[in-house]
Amino acid sequence: MKNKFLRLGVIAALCGAMTACGSSAGTSSTSAASASGSDTAVASGSVSGTTTTASGEAFKLGASGPLSGDASVYGIAVKNAAELAIGEINKKGGVQFELNFQDDQADTEAAVNAYNTLADWGMQLSLLTVTSGSGQSVAPLYKEDNIFGITPSGSSTAVIFQDAENNTNPYGNVFQMCFTDPNQGKASADYLSEHTDLGTKVGIIYRNDDNYSTGIYNTFVEEAKAKNLDVVSTGTFTKGATDFSVQIKQAQDAGADIVFLPIYYQPASLVLQAAKNAGYAPTFFGCDGMDGILTQDNFDTSLAEGLYMLTPFSADAQDEKTQNFVKAYKDKYGETPNQFAADAYDAVNALAQALGNSDVTPKSSTDDITAALIKQFTTMKFQGITAPGDITWNENGEVSKEPRAIVIKDGAYVSAE
Amino acid sequence: MKRKLNVNRNSAVSYSIVIALYIALSIMSASGLLGRKYSSLLVPVCCYIVAAIGLNMNVGISGELNLGQAGFMSLGAFTAVIVAGALNFHGITAPALVLLICIICGTLVAGFLGWLMSIPVLKLEGDYLAIVTLAFGQIIVNIINNVYLGIDENGLHFSFVNNTLQMQPDGSVLISGPMGATGVKTASNFTAGFLLVLISLIVVYHIMYSRNGRAIMACRDNRIAASTVGINAVAEKTLAFVVSAALGGAAGALYGMNYSSFAATKFDFNLSILILVYVVLGGLGNMTGTIIATTLLVVLPEMLRFLSIYRMLIYAVVLIVIMIVTNNQAIRMKLKALRKGKAGNGSGKGASVNG
Repeated sequence: MKNKFLRLGVIAALCGAMTACGSSAGTSSTSAASASGSDTAVASGSVSGTTTTASGEAFKLGASGPLSGDASVYGIAVKNAAELAIGEINKKGGVQFELNFQDDQADTEAAVNAYNTLADWGMQLSLLTVTSGSGQSVAPLYKEDNIFGITPSGSSTAVIFQDAENNTNPYGNVFQMCFTDPNQGKASADYLSEHTDLGTKVGIIYRNDDNYSTGIYNTFVEEAKAKNLDVVSTGTFTKGATDFSVQIKQAQDAGADIVFLPIYYQPASLVLQAAKNAGYAPTFFGCDGMDGILTQDNFDTSLAEGLYMLTPFSADAQDEKTQNFVKAYKDKYGETPNQFAADAYDAVNALAQALGNSDVTPKSSTDDITAALIKQFTTMKFQGITAPGDITWNENGEVSKEPRAIVIKDGAYVSAE
Repeated sequence: MKRKLNVNRNSAVSYSIVIALYIALSIMSASGLLGRKYSSLLVPVCCYIVAAIGLNMNVGISGELNLGQAGFMSLGAFTAVIVAGALNFHGITAPALVLLICIICGTLVAGFLGWLMSIPVLKLEGDYLAIVTLAFGQIIVNIINNVYLGIDENGLHFSFVNNTLQMQPDGSVLISGPMGATGVKTASNFTAGFLLVLISLIVVYHIMYSRNGRAIMACRDNRIAASTVGINAVAEKTLAFVVSAALGGAAGALYGMNYSSFAATKFDFNLSILILVYVVLGGLGNMTGTIIATTLLVVLPEMLRFLSIYRMLIYAVVLIVIMIVTNNQAIRMKLKALRKGKAGNGSGKGASVNG
């Protein structure tokens, strides 16, 4: 008996020790960005003569995204890139940020909890959420508390519009860094109608219980009709599907030479495998959800060879900004950034630019900060890494920028031209 | 048969815990001591407690495995959204009234579907209920994922798979396929949640300690023996199952009215299992245990937020530790001795239920 109690005691003690370690690690990680920022700020300050300390004078930037669970690739990419951007911004002096990134497992309920955690912390502005579903559940809360949010990758129209059916009645204080889903569908159809060398008969495989997938699918079909694209087959699947041989067979029988996949990369990798098994090799074409397919665990990257995707970012772009970002990201995290990371990096930099142009300080009230940011975002032009030209926003919070197509060659993302 | 509130030691403990917690938490929430994070958890905790109490009625008292409690929650939640949308459209917006009507409708719809399902299934012996409820949960998710439903001056509009609602401009879309319910006017609050928990406890205890409850437990322990003394096993099991489903629906309605937006995929198989975990960890047939386990396990992931990326890892470790501790014979004996010492001649009634 005593022995068992002893053992239990040990377990309890161990748990206690782990929580203690965890707690110190947790707090240090949240303040890491600001701490490293202040160090370097002091260092550079000794040269220029002014010192900026991050603590106390930093804007409190909140964010939530999936750091665990199915969609964690996106959450971690956004968190990494946001930390990277904040490190650079804080180093420069001027606008300072302090980031608090909460895990929401891409779940609506957890996202609300994450939002309340951030509100308790005293968040002044936010990157909203990484995923759309979470975004649409917390957007009303942001509206209620009047906190400015710009989502790097929550692409559903329901994130920025209260009436997502008619795209009316925008929240006004919620902005997007990425394209909306309908825009992606339209842009994909436009791209395919302009590049008939890829193929002319389109087969579609999409997930009909998913907001992202159906959003793109609906506008793609609409635009395809307008552009006289020939959609020869449509296959659907639902969450958790693992066998795509039926859908592939359907597209193959219909003679599709392009298969449009407005889906996330996990099912897409299975679709590619099923196509290979069936000896079927059309051109596959995806949207931004396809990004991340090369870094998926245990994925045979040769399957994705020749896969096209429409995404705002390609890591091989030759402009200086992109190159610097990719290098810094690789140095720090050891992998090539995907477009979620790029969107997050741009979002933080856009926030910094907007705050730099306005006269609000971290001591200003949240209402003032929100008003200033809305004014800046609807008027400013931003140059980032997720578009070749200027990026602007309208008062609905929708972004306007040029998409680019990339293709996978030799296991790497390359611009398609 | 006498009709009175049946209070014995077991139920008295449950009632007093719930009431004490409600008073304490209300004061803490009002004084800002809880903070937004924990205040916002109060209603979801109540929802899960009601769903878990319902499931315990089925799994613990009646001894039939049910893997579809989330499906009943889903039914309740989406029924509530539709009812609330219709009420709001016709100018009824008083939150308390809307919530009350929603919860009643959610309860009835879930209960009715539970009853329909029980007709063929509960006549059989074995694990068929588990299989059917599992499928039911999946089917509900997939159906609601394809439903488009809106309301305008011409009434309700409905379309399936593709969004072909022809809505008047003054109408509003209530359920939008995979996007789920959007733009819900929230109406739930902690007091409503507390009352719902209390009501479900009263219902469950009332059944447990009635003649029907004894019959249900007798069927659980030995169906053949129970049948030989003239108990209608099918009817008794149906009663337990329908009550369980109805409470799931009530919990779902409360849940649905607490969030401005939620999708059908929220109520998937994982949620059913999660609620089953609450029940099993709380103790089969033990309502007080269920309440405590549910509260702990819902709040725990939020309490562990400071661990950042180790959060879910530690959560799993805690679950395992709880399982080891609660199944440890030595600790159980110790607890039993403690309880006996405290209660003196505690009623024998409670012990038989605690199975």
